[in-house]
Amino acid sequence: MNPLHGYLLVSALLFAVGLAGALVRRNAILVLVGVELMLNAANLNFLAFWRYGPNPEALTGVMFVIFAIGVAAAEAAVGLALVIAIYRHYRSSNVEDVATMKG
Amino acid sequence: MKGIVNQLWLIPALPLLAAGIIALLKRPQRKPAAALAIGSMALAFLVSCVAFVATLQPEAGKGAVQLTHNFAWFDLGGSALRLGWLLDPLTAGMLVMVTFVGSLIFIFSTGYMADDENFTRFFGFLALFAAAMLGLLIANNLLFLFMCWELVGVASYLLIGFWFHKPSAAAAAKKAFITTRIGDLGFFLGIVWLYHESGTLLFYDEGAGCLEQTVVTKLFWQATVGGLSVSTAISLLLFCGAVGKSGQVPLHVWLPDAMEGPTPVSALIHAATMVAAGVFLMARVHPLMATVVTPLGEAGSAFEFVWDGGAPFVIAWVGAITAVFAALIAVAQNDIKRILAYSTVSQLGYMMLGLGVGGPAVGMFHLLTHAFFKALLFLGAGSVIHGSHHEQDIRRMGGLRKLMPVTFATYAVGMMALAGFPLVFSGFWSKDEVLHAAMIWSPSKLPFALALFGAVLTSFYMTRQMWYVFFAPRAEAAHAEPAAHHDDHHAHGHAHEPYESPRVMTVPLAILAGATVLLSLFATPVWPWFHAYLGGHLDHLHVGWSADSAALLTMVLSVIAVAVGVGVSWRLYSRSSTSVDAVGSRFPKLFKALEGRLFVDEFYAATVFRLNAAVATLSDWFDRFVWGSVVELTALVAKALAFVSRSVDEQGINFGFDAGCQTTRGAGWLASKLQNGQTQCYLRILGTGVVVLIVALAWMGKN
Repeated sequence: MNPLHGYLLVSALLFAVGLAGALVRRNAILVLVGVELMLNAANLNFLAFWRYGPNPEALTGVMFVIFAIGVAAAEAAVGLALVIAIYRHYRSSNVEDVATMKG
Repeated sequence: MKGIVNQLWLIPALPLLAAGIIALLKRPQRKPAAALAIGSMALAFLVSCVAFVATLQPEAGKGAVQLTHNFAWFDLGGSALRLGWLLDPLTAGMLVMVTFVGSLIFIFSTGYMADDENFTRFFGFLALFAAAMLGLLIANNLLFLFMCWELVGVASYLLIGFWFHKPSAAAAAKKAFITTRIGDLGFFLGIVWLYHESGTLLFYDEGAGCLEQTVVTKLFWQATVGGLSVSTAISLLLFCGAVGKSGQVPLHVWLPDAMEGPTPVSALIHAATMVAAGVFLMARVHPLMATVVTPLGEAGSAFEFVWDGGAPFVIAWVGAITAVFAALIAVAQNDIKRILAYSTVSQLGYMMLGLGVGGPAVGMFHLLTHAFFKALLFLGAGSVIHGSHHEQDIRRMGGLRKLMPVTFATYAVGMMALAGFPLVFSGFWSKDEVLHAAMIWSPSKLPFALALFGAVLTSFYMTRQMWYVFFAPRAEAAHAEPAAHHDDHHAHGHAHEPYESPRVMTVPLAILAGATVLLSLFATPVWPWFHAYLGGHLDHLHVGWSADSAALLTMVLSVIAVAVGVGVSWRLYSRSSTSVDAVGSRFPKLFKALEGRLFVDEFYAATVFRLNAAVATLSDWFDRFVWGSVVELTALVAKALAFVSRSVDEQGINFGFDAGCQTTRGAGWLASKLQNGQTQCYLRILGTGVVVLIVALAWMGKN
């Protein structure tokens, strides 16, 4: 079995765990954690395809992943700030409580 | 000088402007109101004088000066409605008379109305009245003339009913308005017919006007019902308007009742404005009444008018009958103003007779002289009434000769002019003209006899009035029986002696008396200036004795008539006591009938009013039952239709619409359930969707 397949399997597993967390969890922070997991699964894919791709010496995959991690950090900061704002307003971080815009 | 016609609108516009400004003044602003009214009239008089001078120099061989200024008022489809001003000797003479007499009456009013609380309003109405009359005079369009004619009617209504708190005044105003309206109906029909036939209402329009040869000839040769030519029929319809306005029999009833207005108003109505309008109208449209017209085709041939048969015939007869009828009634009246009112009716009859038998110059000259001496008489009567504390019954006066010397002197001048004292009074010459024209009138001599009898009566009743007011012994006046229509001033009136009126009232009287005498110079057979002026041949006017034997005979007859009237009257009245009327005691039944004004009003009440009431009842019944049931039937049909419409709406259309709405609402409900606000739920759907998509793609890729 090709080592790329192993990486992809791990990445798919990681994505599935993250998706499950994002869909199932009620706590907003844990939903964010799930989202981060899915993001990192995508990063793992980038690295795997770069390492086993046709041009492994160009460092493009590493550059892309570092950039993605930087963006993810900023996104996490914004997401957590929103969670705090919601918590202050609703006295709860349960995503089911925040449903005032439903039809 | 010829440009004056363009500025002719100034003459009516000035008093109209004054009336407008006065309408905005407050009640206590008496002096500005009077000043505005008198000032505007004086200015109008000056402009009129300029216009008059412009008509004094006719171009040789062209007849009278005739200046017109026409302009389009507004467009009516393809054709424009055109108005215009007209300046000819007829207009100019009337303008000068109306503004001059009007100014004097205005000045007199400041004295007469000094105690009235509505002084300001009074002058506003007076100015409006004068403006309407002046507008009527300068009109070169029958429609514009008619508009001003109606304005005169409105103003007279306002002024006759000026003391509207008196029921009799309010009734008199209504009567004047409605009676003249009856005549105006004919007038308006005439206008419409004339417009239909000729397509224009301009009098003179460079050959195309309705009084010019082309149109008149066309109308003259066109026959209508009963062999009457169209021009005659139209003239007779227009004459209906003049009958109403100028108080001819049978529409004279409003004129004596118009005495309910303040005396200066009576003077204005009887002398300068209202009643003159009818005679003026007839003089204005006289080309239409011609009974022989030179046929078309004779280029350059002058108009030839022959005054027998047709419309002039009717006018002459109506005039003659009116003259005698009113003079008879005047003999038995006791109200000073009512006597003068009937004398006006009678004199208007003379004017119409003059117009009918002698043409416009004869009638118009009597109108002008009459305007001066009748204004003088009315203002004199106003002065008497004012001086004797609003006493109007001549039997309660007497002896005023010494108490009111100026009024007496001027009144005597007016009286002698009206009665036709020979030689120095204008009334003699103008009445003599009428008599002379009637004498040589070929169709019948009866109008002449009637007019001569009228002259006797005129001098008779004027002498009677003079005697009662100025000569009768004063002490006896108190014993006279009170008149039925007497107003509540009389107790007050006897408490004080009558006094002479203030200067502001006597000076206009003196001026008018002077004018009355002076005017006699203009139409003597020695120097018939006025005829030459109206006829437009001033350039070959001869000074010298021009009367023929018929004229001489007329003069002698009329002098005899006056002498008989005055002599009999003086003899009868000065020898009897004032408590019983001299004529009344001799012919009690006749006198009673005359005192009751020959029961014309009662006759109308019994016939016209009854008929009117019957028609009204019939219409009411028709309205209630016939038209009412038609209306109700229509309403029922409409209701049935509405019911059907409503059922269709509710059962058919609404049902389908409701079903559609229900479906939409259900779909909306379902969609709203999906949108539950749970982000994770959306995400789940999204995830499921992606999985399904991948599976589908994978499965499809396999095949």
